[in-house]
Amino acid sequence: MPTIFQARRVLTLEEVGRLVGAQVYLGKDLSVPVTEYGASDLMSDVLALSKPGMLLLTGLASPQVIRTAVISDLCGVVLVRGKRPGKEILKLAAEANMPVLGTELTMFEAAGVLYSAICTDICTDK
Amino acid sequence: MAADEFENGYEVTGRDFANAGRVSTAIKDTLKGLGIQAPIVRRVAIASYEAEMNLVMYATHGKIRLIVSSESITLRVEDEGPGIEDISMAMQEGYSTATAEMREMGFGAGLGLPNIKRNADEFEITSQVGRGTRLQIRVYLPA
Repeated sequence: MPTIFQARRVLTLEEVGRLVGAQVYLGKDLSVPVTEYGASDLMSDVLALSKPGMLLLTGLASPQVIRTAVISDLCGVVLVRGKRPGKEILKLAAEANMPVLGTELTMFEAAGVLYSAICTDICTDK
Repeated sequence: MAADEFENGYEVTGRDFANAGRVSTAIKDTLKGLGIQAPIVRRVAIASYEAEMNLVMYATHGKIRLIVSSESITLRVEDEGPGIEDISMAMQEGYSTATAEMREMGFGAGLGLPNIKRNADEFEITSQVGRGTRLQIRVYLPA
């Protein structure tokens, strides 16, 4: 199941990328504010539960991820566990101007890092 | 027919996973181009994408027809395929006959038809086993 919640502190995509040590595969403008986050490998869950502008963390590196992100008006995709985007993914993402980042962190770790960073009133270590 | 009515048909080929989603992306771009409000475009695009994935995953061939009037947006989806034996089961969240290949793409979790219904103001489905399935959804436009 994905986790989706409203961010307490709004980070830009660039800040998100830095926090998870991401490689930017695609994304000219990373100044976009991220207001929603979700983590899922199940695209039907993303289609059902995501909100416009959400950032998706996923371990699924298939063209369907980009299609889902575009259809759902997401603000970007972070591939976890060191998954590399293939040519088809990058082509689709470039056409739709959809930022694609990648991190070596697992989904759990990446979500944890971001959760601590944005939920400043819940987490005390940030 | 009202002057502002728009209609277009799209073909979907079963098992063509590489292009799965292309039609729904085109439908989304068309609706945006017609100046339809973003939340409504999103609902139609999500319903269309789930329907398109169903065609690609289960049917041999399918058609999606987009009809835009001043009152509503209609999607008519028709396929030649195995049909659905028990529609009430297929409408239940989590019920699925998907293969491992479909699940690896992030689909086939038994959420497709419920997701389509959730985004529609009107939803009709009929199916004949061994022949195919017809789906019509309508999303109302604000007056």
